Amino acid sequence: MRYVDEYRDPRAARRLVAEIRRTATKPRQIMEVCGGQTHTLIRYGIDELLSGAVDLIHGPGCPVCVTPLEKIDRALAVASRPRVVFATFGDMVRVPGSDGDLLRAKARGADVRIVYSPTDALALAEKHPDREVVFFAVGFETTAPANAMSVWMADKKGIENFSILVSHVRVPPAIRIIMDDPYSQVQGFIAPGHVCSIMGYREYEELAREYDVPFVVAGFEPLDLLQGLLMLVELMEEDRAVTRNQYTRSVRPDGNPQAKKIMNEVFEICGMTWRGIGPIAESGLRLRDRFAHYDAERRFDVESVKAEEPAACIAGAVLQGKKKPHECEAFGKECTPEHPLGAPMVSTEGACSAYYAFRKFEDVDHGV
Amino acid sequence: MCLGVPGKVLEVTHTELGITGGKVEFGGVVKEVNLSYTPEVEPGQYVIVHVGFSISTLDEDEAQQVFRYLKEIGELEGLDAAGGED
Repeated sequence: MRYVDEYRDPRAARRLVAEIRRTATKPRQIMEVCGGQTHTLIRYGIDELLSGAVDLIHGPGCPVCVTPLEKIDRALAVASRPRVVFATFGDMVRVPGSDGDLLRAKARGADVRIVYSPTDALALAEKHPDREVVFFAVGFETTAPANAMSVWMADKKGIENFSILVSHVRVPPAIRIIMDDPYSQVQGFIAPGHVCSIMGYREYEELAREYDVPFVVAGFEPLDLLQGLLMLVELMEEDRAVTRNQYTRSVRPDGNPQAKKIMNEVFEICGMTWRGIGPIAESGLRLRDRFAHYDAERRFDVESVKAEEPAACIAGAVLQGKKKPHECEAFGKECTPEHPLGAPMVSTEGACSAYYAFRKFEDVDHGV
Repeated sequence: MCLGVPGKVLEVTHTELGITGGKVEFGGVVKEVNLSYTPEVEPGQYVIVHVGFSISTLDEDEAQQVFRYLKEIGELEGLDAAGGED
């Protein structure tokens, strides 16, 4: 496929790996924030190719993984109501709640449907005026404009039997939490290319100044990430805490103005709890008052559903880059993609799932 | 989750509410995509699509920059600048 295959050229990748190794005068600790980038790095073994030159620390950028248990429980409560059609992206249906997951709710009779786009959920509402269609609006800034558009269109069309259960998170406040930790080892960041396609990278320029670390916005293919890492290592060698853009084919400095406009019209910033991490100020999005009647948590009165996270797995430490997945005693034993204890083992973008899928167990057992 | 797939715009349509829609091809598969966030896009151009929405128009010149860079370092080190052709 054009604009995909050429960025996976193995020979070009090897050349970039050699260049990174040549440039790095000492080992560098770099965090890739986005789960999609973690997936590429592990799948292609880039972390192993760079071993000794760059230590890749996997960040919290997997919305499925950080959706709080409470939201999953509320989703289960809403989905189980009569007349409700609960529409969701596929990767949410196996995230464990306090009592089962959405797939099990479906087996028990709930009408849970997997959709590709929030507008598919809106189309279901138009098609079934006698049903209440609820869409599970999860995601980072990349997904927020699409979810916002579904509400904006419902409002314009006067579709009343549609609502969304919002669990939106924002990347920059999570980076602050990581850098505010006195034990943080992170010396530079690969910033998320699709989040920045929407938001631009001004926020990251501020973070670079504030925390005195460089950022490089990168794409998702192996050559994108390798070039991004090389740019980052060069900045580190020059001791420059600035922000650069590798993913110039998609990312503009100020992002996508049309997308930001609808997103800001529908959503506003709020505090948010991240699964495994805890509350982070200003790290979430919620519906503005004008669109509050599209809020499924209010419509179905599930705001009283509360949940405490069990301390069964080390997801929080993995999501903050403090531990690698195979350092968990349950990894690959009690916790597998078939029987996940924590969300990072569920989502294909979760670090635990990526390690499980692409690492041989003997490697895992000996440590990386 | 933030998966974005590049696709070629085949057709642009303006529908109700000022929504821009269209058909986008992904390696032979054609899908309806909401193009409202890249309203200036024209057939033949590429967009990055996420959950049924275009999030950016792909800049074809910028898409070459990594290969230009590779050529540069290849030449600097006296390596084969063509890169991956053999």
